[in-house]
Amino acid sequence: MPTAESVYRQEFPVKGGDFAKAGAVACRIKELLKDLGLDTAIVRRAAIAAYEAEMNVIMYAREGRMDLAVSAQEVHITVDDQGPGIADVELAMTEGFSTATPEMRELGFGAGMGLPNIKRNSDVFYIDSRTGHGTRLKIIIRTNGHGTT
Amino acid sequence: MIVLKDVLALLDGELLTPASPPEVVFPKVFASDLMSDVLTSAEPGSLLLTGLANSHVVCTCSVADLTGVVFVQGKRPAPDVVSEAQSKNLPLIATKMTMFEACSRIAGFIQGGGHAHR
Repeated sequence: MPTAESVYRQEFPVKGGDFAKAGAVACRIKELLKDLGLDTAIVRRAAIAAYEAEMNVIMYAREGRMDLAVSAQEVHITVDDQGPGIADVELAMTEGFSTATPEMRELGFGAGMGLPNIKRNSDVFYIDSRTGHGTRLKIIIRTNGHGTT
Repeated sequence: MIVLKDVLALLDGELLTPASPPEVVFPKVFASDLMSDVLTSAEPGSLLLTGLANSHVVCTCSVADLTGVVFVQGKRPAPDVVSEAQSKNLPLIATKMTMFEACSRIAGFIQGGGHAHR
């Protein structure tokens, strides 16, 4: 984790079910990363990963928080939510698999691309979920690299 | 690539953000009602054609660096969505054409090298 060497760190609360404010955190993270002078492609990847993660909290969890930590080498976004958790993480990582409601789909989300897209935009991606408790995502994007895992 | 003023002419479109310069260039065009697909597949700088008219469209474009939106089939976003787009310098266009017709007109224009085939 970029702690002592972090040049920037901020935490954002996310309220489950608050579709009206969906994307606010991701947009704020994007503005912050742009202000820090990061490459536009890196900023875009981080913003997309953050937006997908934020939407997942809003769609499925009661509440959550997103922690942004930026060092000279990496952008870290850690997402913790209190929610139902994911029973089968491997299945949830499959493109097209979704448990979204019709309401979520009407908003243009819930196509089963969220977690795979977060992974696609990350250099390092961890997911840890406990059924009945919640889910933690760790997203790391290297500021000098473009690979994905 | 296609220019905003050509999009307006081809689609008989209404510019909902009057401050948007007519010479704005869109290097790519992407069409979808699914914001998940936009986040996965649309290229930066793209013009988005969609039948979805909520605030998530503007947010998705902002996050994924899309630079304009056409709302097809008579869909119109709410005034607060238009205001949000204006604050982000995101041109919004409304057309009564179906998604298919709008896409085929733009595709024909681009494939014709910038000349409309009507």
